[in-house]
Amino acid sequence: MPVMTVIEAVREAMREEMRRDSRVFIMGEDIGARGGVFLATDGFLQEFGEQRVIDTPLAESSIAGIAIGAAVNGMRPIAEIEFADFVWPAMNQIVGVASRIRYGTNGTKFAPMVVRMPYGGGVRGGLYHSQTIDVVFAHQPGLIVIAPSTPYDAKGLLKAAIRCDDPVVFLEHKRTYRLVKGDVPAEDYVLPIGRADVKRQGADLTAVTYGLMVHYCLEAARKLEAEGIEVEVVDLRTLAPLDRETFLESVRKTSKAIVVHEDYHTYGVGAEIAATIAQDAFHDLDAPVVRLTGPDVPAMPFAPTLEAEFMLSPEKIASAMRELAAY
Amino acid sequence: MPDDRASSAPSRSIAPEPRPGKLTASDLVGMYRTMVLSRVLDERIWLLNRQGKAAIVASAQGHEAAQVALARATDPARDHYLIYYRELTTLLALGMTPLELLKGFLCRDGEPLSGGRQFPTHGAHPRVDLFSFSNVVGTQLPQAAGVALADKMRGEARATIVYFGDGATSQGDCHEAMNFAAIHRLPVVFFCENNRYAISVPLSKQMAIENVAARAAGYGMPGVTVDGTDVIAVFEAAQAAVARARGGKGPTLIEAMVERLFPHTSDDDHTRYRSADDIKQMRGKDPIAILETQLRRQRLLDDALHTEIWAEAKRIVNQATEQAEAAGFPDPGDFSKRLYAEG
Ligand SMILES: Cc1ncc(C[n+]2csc(CCOP(=O)(O)OP(=O)(O)O)c2C)c(N)n1
Repeated sequence: MPVMTVIEAVREAMREEMRRDSRVFIMGEDIGARGGVFLATDGFLQEFGEQRVIDTPLAESSIAGIAIGAAVNGMRPIAEIEFADFVWPAMNQIVGVASRIRYGTNGTKFAPMVVRMPYGGGVRGGLYHSQTIDVVFAHQPGLIVIAPSTPYDAKGLLKAAIRCDDPVVFLEHKRTYRLVKGDVPAEDYVLPIGRADVKRQGADLTAVTYGLMVHYCLEAARKLEAEGIEVEVVDLRTLAPLDRETFLESVRKTSKAIVVHEDYHTYGVGAEIAATIAQDAFHDLDAPVVRLTGPDVPAMPFAPTLEAEFMLSPEKIASAMRELAAY
Repeated sequence: MPDDRASSAPSRSIAPEPRPGKLTASDLVGMYRTMVLSRVLDERIWLLNRQGKAAIVASAQGHEAAQVALARATDPARDHYLIYYRELTTLLALGMTPLELLKGFLCRDGEPLSGGRQFPTHGAHPRVDLFSFSNVVGTQLPQAAGVALADKMRGEARATIVYFGDGATSQGDCHEAMNFAAIHRLPVVFFCENNRYAISVPLSKQMAIENVAARAAGYGMPGVTVDGTDVIAVFEAAQAAVARARGGKGPTLIEAMVERLFPHTSDDDHTRYRSADDIKQMRGKDPIAILETQLRRQRLLDDALHTEIWAEAKRIVNQATEQAEAAGFPDPGDFSKRLYAEG
């Protein structure tokens, strides 16, 4: 099986879908001759031409609005937002409108579109190239929010997103783009949207996480294994709709849970998961659910010392896990 | 051009022009000096980037003449400046020191613009009302209309200068800002540094017209296109726009045609999207070489002065680099402070 990086898997998924379905096209800033700032569309202009690989003006609201228009008129647009930090001008179209199209037309119109965006920190991106805005989308009914962590998941889920009949926000952690490698089948496959994946089995505690933090949790779990603590790592993969059953089942087995995410603490994904566990697995719990998250400070300061303070690390995660295991 | 209807701003507060008149010989040489300092500093920052010490640089090389001439037409004690990320020369011309700027690129303790929280050149100038709150392209344009609105409400005769690239003009924010500023005859100078590229996207994919300035008519304000390598042309256009703003006559759109002599930032490679021919041609429009030729022709610059100016710039930048590198990184204990008024 070919070994790929996350960015290569993203590129493969889009290439295969564009070859398979002539309704699929991609639009965004610098995606043509430049091949995208992260090279997600490297070679696409040559293969698919300017009609299907559209370098847009620098205007995100129109990128999202045009995608909506094309989607409701029978196309399958992939809209690339250059960085998640720049999606704010498009929020009106994505959160305000795309999410409500099927509901607001009582099911007669729908918008099969994907809005892809690199997100996340730890890349010396400062306040405007590091944001994690996962929960802003995940909170909005009507949107599907996917945040894969591995090349295999990225390819299978992006292909599923492109074929999905509802609007999908597809979050790609930019630190994983080149850092994370893995086996990816060369052939066509799709993964189910809304299904979490147990990335590591363990009996002592459950870590519920997604994105880059999956890898940090796995690294922390390896450290703890040497100390005799077995951590189970659940990768949510899809934030909305949320697969509650997979992590509940894991917590029923381990009786201890830690939720780990880079996004802010207050009102975050961790709060939803902790509340779900408290409600549905209360009697199985041996310890309070721990939330280890990004701080409630704007993501994220630029200076290396300040960025390190903001970001979680395998070490910080390992020590929180160790504490929980000892509870 | 629309007619200049009577100002709706109270006239009592309109003070005399602080720095009237034409550019003198010493102004021209002074501008050249600032441009050279900017160039030497810019080159140093690229070097620091290649050495892994500066995480990112968005170069002002090619924009120096436009920036220095505009600054010279304004008054830092009086006007407001909402810059974008490509304004190294503007910052030097408005009194930031190379040491202060290098501390930003190297994220060192005591960095005055944002305390190392933001990308270099983002944050607020410690002594002049100049700021850049965000990297998000175009957000500064409506903010500039708001700054100018406040001056108008208080009857203060100040100009608000807002800087942006050609790509930024595609944002809804740009349209909304220009429309509002024109409706309310706000004292704004919209300064577009048109280098014909927004990262890789050429002007032809950004707009179906040749010049940004043509849009001004649609808002009901004057719009001019000037050669951004010509300090005198930029100065004169800027001086007229600033006078118009301070005089309560409303906004102006100035479009300075410049070249981006380097890739978009240190993370970019412009050979992926610019032809060899295009790159060769734009190198011929280096504003420093152009001003130098002009000064030599007017006998305002000779070899001795030329050597002195470049040597002086290198000395200043070398010293600033040493001092900046000797400083530590910001204290992480500070990292959650100053998020709200309390704490
Ligand atoms: C809203 C937003 N979208 C995308 C970006 C990424 N980006 C940064 S600079 C830039 C190009 C800006 O071009 P232009 O306005 O022409 O200024 P120039 O860099 O050429 O001086 C882009 C697309 C951003 N910072 N903000």
